[in-house]
Amino acid sequence: MHKVYHRVDNIAGNVVNVKARGVKYRELAEITSRRVSSLAQVIRLEGDSVSLQVFAGARGIATDAHVRFLGHPMQVPFSDDLLGRVFTGSAMPRDKGPALKDGLIEIGGPSVNPAKRIIPRNMVRTGIPMIDVFNTLVESQKLPIFARAGEPYNPLLARIALQAEVDVIVLGGMGLKHDDYLSFRDTLEENGALGRAVMFVHTAADPVVECLLVPDICLAVAEQFALANKRVLVLLTDMTNFADALKEISITMEQVPSNRGYPGDLYSQLAARYEKAVDFDTAGSITILAATTMPGDDVTHPVPDNTGYITEGQFYLRNGRIEPFGSLSRLKQQVNGKSREDHRAIMNAMIQLYAGYREVLEKQSMGFRMSAWDQKLLKYGARFEKEMMDLTVNIPLEGALDLGWKILADCFEAVETGIPSKLAEKFWPKKEGEKKT
Amino acid sequence: MSTTGRIIGVNGNMITVEFEGAVGQNEVAFARQGELRLMSEVVRIRGRHADLQVFEDTTGLAVGDAVEFTGEMLSVELGPGLLTRIFDGLQNPLPNLAEQCGFFLQRGMYLPALPRDTGWEFTPTAKVGDRVSAADTLGTVPEGIFKHRIMVPFRMRDVLTVEEIAAPGRYRIEDVVARLKDEQGEIHEIRMLQRWPVKLPIQAYAERLRPRDPLVTKIRIIDTFFPVARGGTYCIPGPFGAGKTVLQQLTSRYADVDVVIIAACGERAGEVVETLREFPTINDPRTGKSLMERTVIICNTSSMPVASREASVYTAVTLAEYYRQMGLHVLLLADSTSRWAQALREMSGRLEEIPGEEAFPAYLESVIAGFYERGGVVTLKDGSVGSVTIGGTVSPAGGNFDEPVTQSTLKVVGAFHGLSRARSDARRYPAIDPLDSWSKYASVVSDHDVAMARQMLQRGNEINQMMKVVGEEGTVIEDFMVYLKAEYLDAVYLQQDAYDAVDCATTSERQQYVFSVLLRVLRAKMKFDGKDAARQFFHRLTQATRDWNRMAMEAGEFKKQQVRLEAMLAEVSSHA
Repeated sequence: MHKVYHRVDNIAGNVVNVKARGVKYRELAEITSRRVSSLAQVIRLEGDSVSLQVFAGARGIATDAHVRFLGHPMQVPFSDDLLGRVFTGSAMPRDKGPALKDGLIEIGGPSVNPAKRIIPRNMVRTGIPMIDVFNTLVESQKLPIFARAGEPYNPLLARIALQAEVDVIVLGGMGLKHDDYLSFRDTLEENGALGRAVMFVHTAADPVVECLLVPDICLAVAEQFALANKRVLVLLTDMTNFADALKEISITMEQVPSNRGYPGDLYSQLAARYEKAVDFDTAGSITILAATTMPGDDVTHPVPDNTGYITEGQFYLRNGRIEPFGSLSRLKQQVNGKSREDHRAIMNAMIQLYAGYREVLEKQSMGFRMSAWDQKLLKYGARFEKEMMDLTVNIPLEGALDLGWKILADCFEAVETGIPSKLAEKFWPKKEGEKKT
Repeated sequence: MSTTGRIIGVNGNMITVEFEGAVGQNEVAFARQGELRLMSEVVRIRGRHADLQVFEDTTGLAVGDAVEFTGEMLSVELGPGLLTRIFDGLQNPLPNLAEQCGFFLQRGMYLPALPRDTGWEFTPTAKVGDRVSAADTLGTVPEGIFKHRIMVPFRMRDVLTVEEIAAPGRYRIEDVVARLKDEQGEIHEIRMLQRWPVKLPIQAYAERLRPRDPLVTKIRIIDTFFPVARGGTYCIPGPFGAGKTVLQQLTSRYADVDVVIIAACGERAGEVVETLREFPTINDPRTGKSLMERTVIICNTSSMPVASREASVYTAVTLAEYYRQMGLHVLLLADSTSRWAQALREMSGRLEEIPGEEAFPAYLESVIAGFYERGGVVTLKDGSVGSVTIGGTVSPAGGNFDEPVTQSTLKVVGAFHGLSRARSDARRYPAIDPLDSWSKYASVVSDHDVAMARQMLQRGNEINQMMKVVGEEGTVIEDFMVYLKAEYLDAVYLQQDAYDAVDCATTSERQQYVFSVLLRVLRAKMKFDGKDAARQFFHRLTQATRDWNRMAMEAGEFKKQQVRLEAMLAEVSSHA
């Protein structure tokens, strides 16, 4: 069935058309022209006309290119030899190591049966109070970091990867700047984590379409590790580039765009990837952290918007800090009731008061007189920002909770915080010389 | 006899088929790929070409592959054994699929929805010679906590005569339990199992009524301010992270209905997992049995095939109508209808139809209306009353309610619970916006009192806005008091702690009781030395009332706390 076709009918964008028979949907083909050769995937069949999406881009492809259909969809090699290695967006070695050929697995496999999933139950400790206390990360969670281009989302991802207790780290880079790729690699190497990491990196210099494969490859590999009882952390950066590549292909294919040029199935496409995050009931788990840059810092842009509906929360990174408002871990309730009895109370009280502080700031900027209550909030807000929100703070959860009580007690009376009276009695730090009430 | 065809095009999950013979719209067909049979549905016919949406991943299909048409529309199995089960959008039982295929869903695996070899204890109620018609009860079997009616199949059009009825005893769902003779003298064998096409409403009832009785969800802001009626419809639009799903989960737990059908349509798998792992361990206070006994889950999560999302909401509503026919009150929760609308949009795009607003198809509105219209309260032929209440979440792009799905939904529902980002950011849960939301149904407390409370909320909000401009010092104390009272009402009544064992569910009796106490606070004339004193008092009052919310009504401390609250109130009340 490896018949070679010599006649390319149309070339538009990164899609070429050939006349061929017996071709299967989503099958892979090898396309070779005078200057370039690339893998391509069948994305539409219409009679004997076959549309192929060319991963290396159609630039340089001539109408006499040779097209050879391989009879199978995209596959990647899987074995423990992957660890410590770096590959391109189409799974070719990017480091100097040998190409791997064994244990081929198909990418983009079927969805996990919901009946085989379990309720996530393990907290992932990061040492960042804004995550551990306020929006706890949970094993098997899928969580994006929403940020403007220029925010330090990649260093944040790297830091979480290093501090989280996981067995395997899979990094998928899409349109990653070469510098960022190197700094990821160096950070992992310096901290001795490279040996448990595998990287699939599509850099900004590579053909755009190639980045379409990155999430699927990463997740297929992660899935195999998870089935082998490993706890896997998948880092995907930046998913907006992935969505843009989808947009490019769909426009080339003359699909009716739904919102700002993105295809109508953007939600399903993103969901198919993010939903690979899983805690298997008798095997390992996959946790996905992704960076999603927001063009124009606009969360209603289709990419962050659709992502937010799919993922189990989101972290907003703004001015180098994780924003307490809008940031959310949907799974925190699974674990923060078990960590320490005051965890939820501290979390709620501190955020509500911080919201009050923001309102007071607004009032202050308009030149209104500050009431006694406003003064308290101002004092509190400043300390909260300095001692909790700053990303350089690195303390374990318990330390952060104690710190929370201390900050509250320094600024307020217990009744003003809205903390249930029972908890306040137990945890409220006693001022010197004060009687227990 | 059956029609066959060949694939001539594949585009995503749509295939184009050239066929010989007759093909009907919405007919089910199977695309063959070797041993694999992929279920699909006809969505358009043009001459000898039919466009089909495939309910599975189409990877590997090729031009020339065979397609078999079945002549049937997409149908579900109805009969005892539906409750407690977890199905996908096409009614495949997911746990059984897991037994067969392991961790992953395999393409082309279809299993019967109802177990064939379970025996059910049948008690006949019809007698030989009775004249019966569609949906009349022939007998009953116990299914968990209910008497499951075995009915004359809904497809029967004539008045039939019972020729034979099974004696009391144990039967399987495919055993014949009755033989009926129609007007032409033809004999029909009746089994407990019947099939019904999901896209057609079941209409075998006497009369449709106006929804009047409240459906108590035990969520205060809903029952008191924006109530839902049994047989009514409501929608919950909201941006992501505003708490749509938590709200749906709470409703599915505490709502005062007989049967709950959860349609998880294109949303996160994790959320369904919570329901399906936790429900068996939670007791339903009404029955003492596990919550699962009254629940059916239809689960077609976001990574499962897109085309079956559409099927899943219809499957769910058909099951709801089936239990309604037994005189039960059924609540259908669909999360999220936007995903289903998006599935329509994807298919419409592949069909290259002329797009409407935001590329949604022009028929979106009528499809949504048709779905919500399947809710309702009816009297059945035997005089008993059953209802289907439909609550759907909507996930508007960008959290902007001015989009086609939200707008089409608002036109056809009876209550609107709009979630707001501002409220959820401020951790004011449930984040239903008390100023924007509305309901056409009757509250569990007096509508007059609710109107007064809403007015106070409205006024409090205006004063708050004004204070942002003129400052606190520029606000008169009377206005400031209104603002504090509105904030108080919000904090202790509208907000509810979903994770507190007592506060998470408030019965209608408790709502009436607590609301009457709060009304006294709202109406009280109070005197303070300055605004800071007033604010401090309300801090303390809020704290005390929230503690009160966390006390069980039967517990002695509940009364004591109320006395304390009233004492606090008396201290500051001016009797001038």
